[in-house]
Amino acid sequence: MELNANIPSGPIEKKWDQHRFEMKLVNPANKRKYTVIVVGSGLAGAAAAASMGELGYNVKCFCFQDSPRRAHSIAAQGGINAAKNYQNDGDSIYRLFYDTVKGGDFRAREANVYRLAQISVNIIDQCVAQGVPFAREYGGLLANRSFGGAQVSRTFYARGQTGQQLLLGAYQALERQVHTGKVQMFARHEMLEVIVAGGKARGIVTRNLTTGKIESHLADAVCLATGGYGNVFFLSTNAKNCNVTASWRAYKKGACFANPCYTQIHPTCIPVSGDYQSKLTLMSESLRNDGRIWVPTKSGDKRTPSEIPEDERDYYLERKYPSFGNLVPRDIASRAAKDMCDQGRGIGETGLGVYLDFADSIRRLGAKTISERYGNLFEMYERITGEDPYKVPMRIFPAVHYTMGGLWVDYNLMSSIPGLFVLGEANFSDHGANRLGASALMQGLADGYFVIPYTIGNYLAQAKLEKLDGENADVKDAENTVNARIKKMLDIKGKRTVDSIHRELGKIMWEYCGMARNESGLNKALGRIPELREEFWNNVNVLGGNEEFNQSLEKAGRVADFLELGELMCRDALHRNESCGGHFRTEYQVEGEALRNDDDYCYVGAWEYTGDRSEPKLNKEPLSFENVHLTQRSYK
Amino acid sequence: MNLVLHVWRQKNAQDKGKMVRYDAKGVSPDMSFLEMLDVVNEELIAKGEDPIAFDHDCREGICGMCGVVINGLAHGGHVGTTTCQLHMRHFSDGDEIYIEPWRAKAFPVIKDLVVDRGAFDRIIQAGGYISVATGNAPDGNAIPVPKPSSDLAMDAAACIGCGACVAACPNGAAALFTSAKISHLGLLPQGQAERFRRVVDMVQQMDTEGFGNCTNHRECEAACPKQISTDFIARMNRDYIRGSLSRRPDKVGGGDG
Repeated sequence: MELNANIPSGPIEKKWDQHRFEMKLVNPANKRKYTVIVVGSGLAGAAAAASMGELGYNVKCFCFQDSPRRAHSIAAQGGINAAKNYQNDGDSIYRLFYDTVKGGDFRAREANVYRLAQISVNIIDQCVAQGVPFAREYGGLLANRSFGGAQVSRTFYARGQTGQQLLLGAYQALERQVHTGKVQMFARHEMLEVIVAGGKARGIVTRNLTTGKIESHLADAVCLATGGYGNVFFLSTNAKNCNVTASWRAYKKGACFANPCYTQIHPTCIPVSGDYQSKLTLMSESLRNDGRIWVPTKSGDKRTPSEIPEDERDYYLERKYPSFGNLVPRDIASRAAKDMCDQGRGIGETGLGVYLDFADSIRRLGAKTISERYGNLFEMYERITGEDPYKVPMRIFPAVHYTMGGLWVDYNLMSSIPGLFVLGEANFSDHGANRLGASALMQGLADGYFVIPYTIGNYLAQAKLEKLDGENADVKDAENTVNARIKKMLDIKGKRTVDSIHRELGKIMWEYCGMARNESGLNKALGRIPELREEFWNNVNVLGGNEEFNQSLEKAGRVADFLELGELMCRDALHRNESCGGHFRTEYQVEGEALRNDDDYCYVGAWEYTGDRSEPKLNKEPLSFENVHLTQRSYK
Repeated sequence: MNLVLHVWRQKNAQDKGKMVRYDAKGVSPDMSFLEMLDVVNEELIAKGEDPIAFDHDCREGICGMCGVVINGLAHGGHVGTTTCQLHMRHFSDGDEIYIEPWRAKAFPVIKDLVVDRGAFDRIIQAGGYISVATGNAPDGNAIPVPKPSSDLAMDAAACIGCGACVAACPNGAAALFTSAKISHLGLLPQGQAERFRRVVDMVQQMDTEGFGNCTNHRECEAACPKQISTDFIARMNRDYIRGSLSRRPDKVGGGDG
């Protein structure tokens, strides 16, 4: 397959403006003749559905939760970046662009990232106008903080609930359009298939999660804003029901899946406490602004933290990276924590943890200031662990958090299936091999508010779509696929629960395709995943029927897709013989740091489905860096 | 520890439903309440019995999807804690725990512990927003917002829409939820243009959905996992009086309704 990124020509600062001028428009009176489907109601999906409704398109928006306000964007704590330079500290669109390309370890598309940095300023304006209660200074103006490896203060925040407030802003805009009738909302509906007719995406097949009814919804274009696939690891910071199904169904219909091995492991999560653990909880990395990370210098030191004197503590991030210290990017902080634990210096009962200590900051700033900054996070930590972080250091450990990989899209956010657009975390486009803190919210809203409303019109104005009805063979085929698959799962009636297989898959992925990967491990995983998939399809037990509210059936469908995705991730990780960002191959390192190979791997690896019994085909989109010079990333 | 659970089981909206007894054995104090239910469900599935249906998603206390009544108290009655964040260390060996869905006329049961909270979305649709289409916004710093207003707006905006306030209210009122949104937007300069029409429309929708009236029991405030204050209900009532007295009918052709 030929991958054309459709990057506009011209200097990078002018590309988006020029492109906006060149794009075809849909006349206001004609917009109401088009229907667009949006799957997902997080930042990208809700923003897209609301904005397209405002423009006059008929929008149908779907989410599997009971309300669009529940989407997992809501859990983002830290903040959202924007190149406003309100702090007069040297920020600019170019600097945000530069930091994001560098932070992504030179595996993102320059033109997309530049556009993201440009749009970032409009996002803040829009959100403020919607009533998002961002933190403010006493003069009434917006406050900023420095966040996750940035040397300027460009992060806007609403206490520790920035994602919640941004999502509620988008949700309210969405509900306003529901009220006007421009958006039809389908909550508790899960997309299970894309309808591709005449080579173009023309709709989706959904299951009504309350009644089990399988329905087709037809449209002129489909937007997937269905989030990331971190739950392939079973344990992650994602919500329990986050899944890859929408993206995976699209992949199997011809959308390329790009860079699936790029996963982000977040350094500051609460460590696992037992086998029953169902998810991992993130502690915002803003905590690293005032907390100091350390482990004992001696391995196997089982003393309590207060018994370990200052000179027997190793503040390893400050030691190894004196200029960034505790604020190094996520991938580096996570790997360093793993290193310490591998050396036997991990803390806590399992030895899988490091300390995040606020004692110095409390001495310097007082407990009151610390509580103003992080009070809700400290409470959350105490609620979960039963320990008071004002008195004893927090225990933290890395956990799967975000997936930079996703469906391949061009500059217009269109996948390799014409008419199928992919937004937010579900696409691969802007973060390269590693995402910087506070950039996910920025990207989701950029795609939804300010990119798709333009590019969808450009597509529809030229698409020349044929009439389509529910009796069309492609529509019937898609429905039949869904029905057959559900029946097959219900008929197995084996012995294993869905969760037990999912946990087993998660262990394989974490062991061999987690923070550090190598050839022999990945080959082992590639042997074991197909066996586990076999086990699923022969021995899983899904109780109940289709025509009812059935959470076991929902889970089974999602895990079935994870069992295929996991294999593709390992395949991608194995083929990429280099280390970059979140992808760390132990064979490729220099002095413990990731060693990129720009000569051979400076491309987007976009995998194309070729059938269940044949290997996927790798398509390459070469990346060129005309503005940011390729360098070894260094935070020392 | 070992516990005895009494769980509300109801096959679907039409079913009458009843409490069913289950044993939960070997529960660890570090488990969350939902993890305890996960373990019970795994055992039920192994025995070929229908697992207990309950809503949940983020499991970190912010999405608002989870929520059950535990021993008569919404979310179990611990200060500022959602069901997913409630940990088993608050229970003791041998405890009997009664688990029920939110009970309110406006929240019909779908299955077991799962209810339909669509009424909340419809209250927001009635006016819980600032009408600003994408692209219309002035610079974010064009209108300063006094920090105290912004902070108070944030206190109200922290609502997660879980519905515990309704479940805890003897009248099944949604006053805390509705007033939180009205106050969040009404405290900000950006929300002034629609302030009084918003409150009238949202309150009307709240009544249409079949929620009861607020009679100041303040059970909602005690149950709210985000500790939203009933002061906001007072604010809503004040705005409602002003709004309903000053409301004029829309001019024909004057706006989009």
